[in-house]
Amino acid sequence: MENLNSYLIVSAILFSIGTIGVLTRKNAIVMFMCIELMLNAVNLTFVALSRHLGNMDGQVFVFFIMTVAAAEAAVGLALMIAFFNNKESIDVEDVNLMKW
Amino acid sequence: MFDNVWLIPLFPLIGFLINGLFGKKIKNETVIGGIGAFAVLCSFAVSCMTILKLLSLPGEERVANVKVFTWITSGNFNADIAFLIDPLSCVMIMIVTGVGFLIHLYSIGYMHGEEGFYRFFAYLNLFMFSMLLLVLGNNLLLMFVGWEGVGLCSYLLIGYYFHKKSAGDAGKKAFVMNRVGDFGFLLGAFFLYWFMGQSHNVWTIQFTEIAKNAHLLPTGGIVTVITLCFFLGATGKSAQIPLYTWLPDAMEGPTPVSALIHAATMVTAGVYMIARMNFLFIRSPETLMVIAVIGGCTALFAATIGTAQNDIKRVLAYSTVSQLGYMFLAMGAGAFGAGVFHLMTHAFFKACLFLGSGAVIHSMHGALHHAHSHDDAQDMRNMGGLKSKMPLTFLTFLLATIAIAGIPGFSGFFSKDEILWQAFANPHHGQLNYLLWGMGAVAAGLTAFYMFRLVFMTFYGECRINPKAKDHLHESPMVIVIPLIVLAGLSVVGGYIGIPKVIGHIVGIPNYFENYLEPVFKLSEEYMAQHAAHGAAHHSVVLEFGLMGVSVLIALIGISIAYTLYVKNTSLPAKFTATFPALHRAVYNKWYIDELYDFMIVNPCKSFGRFLWKGFDVLIVDGIVNGIANVVMGFSGVFRLMQSGMIHNYAFSMAFGVAVILGYYIFK
Amino acid sequence: MSNLLSLTTFLPILGVLLLLFIPKDSKGVLRGVAFAVTLVTFIVSLPILTGFQTNAEFQFVENVPWIAAGPFVMRYNIGLDGISLWLVILTTFIMPIAMLSTWTAVEEKVKEYMICLLLLETGMLGAFISLDLFLFYIFWEVMLIPMYFIIGIWGGKNKIYAAVKFFIFTMVGSLLMLVALIFLYLKGTAAGITDFSLLHFFDLRLDLATQIWLFLAFALAFAIKVPMFPFHTWLPDAHTEAPTAGSVILAAILLKMGTYGYVRFAIPLFPDAAHKFAPLIATLSVIGIIYAALVAMVQEDVKKLVAYSSVAHLGFVMLGVFAFNVNGITGGMLQMINHGISTGALFLIVGFIYERRHTRLITDFGGLSKQMPIFATVFMIVTLSSIGLPGTNGFVGEFLVLIGAFEGELRWWTVVASSGVILSAVYMLWMFQRVMFGELDNPKNQVLKDLNAREITIMVPLIALIFIMGVYPNPFIEKMEPAIKKLVAQTKPANMAAQLPAVPGLPAGHPMIAPEQTPSAVQAVPEVVPAAAVNPHEAK
Repeated sequence: MENLNSYLIVSAILFSIGTIGVLTRKNAIVMFMCIELMLNAVNLTFVALSRHLGNMDGQVFVFFIMTVAAAEAAVGLALMIAFFNNKESIDVEDVNLMKW
Repeated sequence: MFDNVWLIPLFPLIGFLINGLFGKKIKNETVIGGIGAFAVLCSFAVSCMTILKLLSLPGEERVANVKVFTWITSGNFNADIAFLIDPLSCVMIMIVTGVGFLIHLYSIGYMHGEEGFYRFFAYLNLFMFSMLLLVLGNNLLLMFVGWEGVGLCSYLLIGYYFHKKSAGDAGKKAFVMNRVGDFGFLLGAFFLYWFMGQSHNVWTIQFTEIAKNAHLLPTGGIVTVITLCFFLGATGKSAQIPLYTWLPDAMEGPTPVSALIHAATMVTAGVYMIARMNFLFIRSPETLMVIAVIGGCTALFAATIGTAQNDIKRVLAYSTVSQLGYMFLAMGAGAFGAGVFHLMTHAFFKACLFLGSGAVIHSMHGALHHAHSHDDAQDMRNMGGLKSKMPLTFLTFLLATIAIAGIPGFSGFFSKDEILWQAFANPHHGQLNYLLWGMGAVAAGLTAFYMFRLVFMTFYGECRINPKAKDHLHESPMVIVIPLIVLAGLSVVGGYIGIPKVIGHIVGIPNYFENYLEPVFKLSEEYMAQHAAHGAAHHSVVLEFGLMGVSVLIALIGISIAYTLYVKNTSLPAKFTATFPALHRAVYNKWYIDELYDFMIVNPCKSFGRFLWKGFDVLIVDGIVNGIANVVMGFSGVFRLMQSGMIHNYAFSMAFGVAVILGYYIFK
Repeated sequence: MSNLLSLTTFLPILGVLLLLFIPKDSKGVLRGVAFAVTLVTFIVSLPILTGFQTNAEFQFVENVPWIAAGPFVMRYNIGLDGISLWLVILTTFIMPIAMLSTWTAVEEKVKEYMICLLLLETGMLGAFISLDLFLFYIFWEVMLIPMYFIIGIWGGKNKIYAAVKFFIFTMVGSLLMLVALIFLYLKGTAAGITDFSLLHFFDLRLDLATQIWLFLAFALAFAIKVPMFPFHTWLPDAHTEAPTAGSVILAAILLKMGTYGYVRFAIPLFPDAAHKFAPLIATLSVIGIIYAALVAMVQEDVKKLVAYSSVAHLGFVMLGVFAFNVNGITGGMLQMINHGISTGALFLIVGFIYERRHTRLITDFGGLSKQMPIFATVFMIVTLSSIGLPGTNGFVGEFLVLIGAFEGELRWWTVVASSGVILSAVYMLWMFQRVMFGELDNPKNQVLKDLNAREITIMVPLIALIFIMGVYPNPFIEKMEPAIKKLVAQTKPANMAAQLPAVPGLPAGHPMIAPEQTPSAVQAVPEVVPAAAVNPHEAK
């Protein structure tokens, strides 16, 4: 399949956008979305390669990742709400209690 | 043959157990004292039977090992609880049980009404047990058991009045100094055991076995080491230079203890030990010389201190040290028989002197107590004129004093003179002999002086005791006086069994004592016969009589000086003191030897210990350990700063890490 | 009964289970049950003693596979011989005494305390009977934890410091030992050994260089436990802070683990290295004897003084063990038991007065003899036993150690060590004098009560043993002798003479000193250890 590369390139671009987003943004929700972006970039790779190799294992993994991502979203959003209740902010720079 | 010999130490042990465990409940002093004395009496009876049996045997068969049970076996090492019966041990058990019994009897009167009466008798019996083990043990280890045991009892009995700090201190000092000696004894035993085993495959610690194999040992060399170690043991137990300072302090104990342990028996253990192993000591001329010199020096040195003491018991204590010096002088001269002979006569007259002084103190104490006076009951400056108050005590005391002063006809004369002659005429020390004889003779003069000084200050002159107490002075009860009489009698006649050959020759009485002990020292004599072919210079009878005359003359001079100073012209001593204040102070303070030991040994040890504890343990070892902990904590203190709490930092470092790893794999 | 040893070892664990069902607050019941369990354990252990055949073999052996993962096989392999027999009996004997001693001393968290003590007993017994190296290591670590809690929870003022110090010191050693153990196992697999069985490893003669490294690791672990100079500083702290029962067990049994480790593991596993390091270890032991005595002399705290005296006593044990002959090792083993009894008793005695006065400073006492005559007698006997007076147990062991070391190759070390005889008298008697003699001038001391029935009950068996072992030690020696003879034969350095040509001060064969050479031999006192003898490169 000659267009595997384009899938992988798209996925790489998505992953990079996600990574840069996580590293640069301060809003927890935005960071969270960036993480989802990264996860989905990986999902795209899995699916593309699975199709390319004719092996279904990759697609099975995608389901796992989606499940995990859903659970993560639930827990993560709950944490953010709890945090917002306390600090009236979801800026990650305010979440710096876990230090020396 | 001697199957029942184990009974001898057993009786006192039983006495100890009864009094020790139940004495507190018995309460009745007569019963407690009776048990204690009876136990020793039983031992005395068995001892008499044993010695009679021994005497019935021909000379060369007078030795027997009686095994009771096997004590320790391990590898090639074997030690039995077994007893050795030979003329020497028989003499010793006779002295120990005989004098011991008299002193037990005396103690019933002397200790009357003391708190812990039962404790006293229990310890006394324990002492008898240990002492009998010491003299009867047929191997080095069993002897060592007794050796340490008597040290323990000495510790317990010196510290009998434990609420007094000085008593506790004195007890501890005695024990520790004895331990220094024990250290030497142990090392000697190790060297002997190892050397005989390693080089001749004779693994034994049994005296008869060692004697049998003594010919394997060389002259000098390792034997010098062995014997010097043993001699160190003897100096501890027998209070010789440099370990003598405990004995005068030991006078803190009750007087019967001083008589029994610190005069008649325990302190002579060192002499006994050397006599027991004479076949070793004779093989080392160097050791013999050391022993002779130390013995002579101790005799002289202690005598000088004795001249200036005011405490009646302390005078006697220094006298004991000095007399023990004589015994060692004899040992060092190779005259083992003479040493043992002096040991015996000394046991008689010194026990008598101590018990006599005890009677005086007892009486003084009672009188002062009545008068509510706090004067020191032992200080001779508070006494005087007791002759008429306590005639029997005075008489016995005087007899014993004459004996110790070496006046012809009394026991001390025979034994002391034999030693002096041997010091002069022995074949071991060449020119040194003159010096040895000189020291002995001067010490004899000093002995006569301080002993008569004691007699004059105590019994003669006017009564210096607190006037209120004067009328309460009285003669002691019979239970105290009887032992005094018996011992005084022995001090007078005890010498006649060992009349020196030179006199015996004339009057036709053989030296029974020397002949009796001969089998014990046979090996040494044989050795000397082989090795001293060149020596053994012949001395004339005239010379011997001449020297005898000189020593008697010196003694008489000593007595007359004492008479002049303390009876005729009593103001002279004070004048003398005023003229030579430094000398008097030094002698009075025992030449400051105790202070010197404190300064040189005790205090440095303590400060070194403190340094090791605070300096090494706490500072270095713990310092290193805690230091490592602190270093780790310091590092973590730096590293924890990386934990910023900022999610971005974490995320960035993670991404950076991933990039580096990926980069490595891509570009490698 | 074939599994008598397992029964003895795990009875205390059953006791722990039983304790779990007893409510926290019924302290009396808790104490009673715990005491009963230890007593039953002691009684159960007695048939081991009576059924023990006097020979060199391991007896009451149980050997079943336990953990097997691929080639990795650990077996539950236990058994005892003459060497461990007495230590097992000592453990089961001391435990009820320790339990009884703590009757009124601990009032808080009684349940946990008792559980810790029982766990400790299992750990100690297990370590003494393990014949599988891995099993031994497990028990070795099991002992550590309850002791850590005993010091850390029920200790004195400075308990945390002491507990952590104890833990870290011991842990450093045991981790090194673990590494060595794994390395040894790998060496063993290379030589065809498939499990951790000690007996198999005995036959494995490693080359000297390997032996040296392994020996050092094992030796360090054991040296810390003994404790040998200079690894001893945890001991005074641990002892001072631990509650009485803890100190008693620590002194009487736990310390023996170190010396036992040498006898059972370090020496027979690595005999050549052991011989090579004998001068070094002897030197450390002798330094320990003198050093601890000097430091003990200036202590102000009775318990610390006794702790330092422990260091000195164990120095004697080590000296005897490293004499490598029957007398020395027998003496060392006896001295281990003696120390267990005498020093255990000393700690009990310190506990008695501490419970009454809540101080251990020597200066706070004085003249107690008058007020407490029974106590004074007991104290005196135990003190004398600790000094090693003939007729008490201490003497026999000490004497055999010294004579063994003397006839072995440690002559000059023995000479120095013997002076410990003087020093021990100094510090013990001085302490005794200051505590017991003198005027009874402190009003607090004037109302002290003498020992009660419980305390007398505790002391009587100990005192009886002090005299029995002193007067008639042969039954004890007989049982251990075959095993020790075997050990000596096992550790004879077969190729020692070839490997170590003429190391000065460490003659290989029997040095026959001819009489004419003796004076020079006598003068040539080796300063300390001949440095060359310790240098591992010398051998190659």
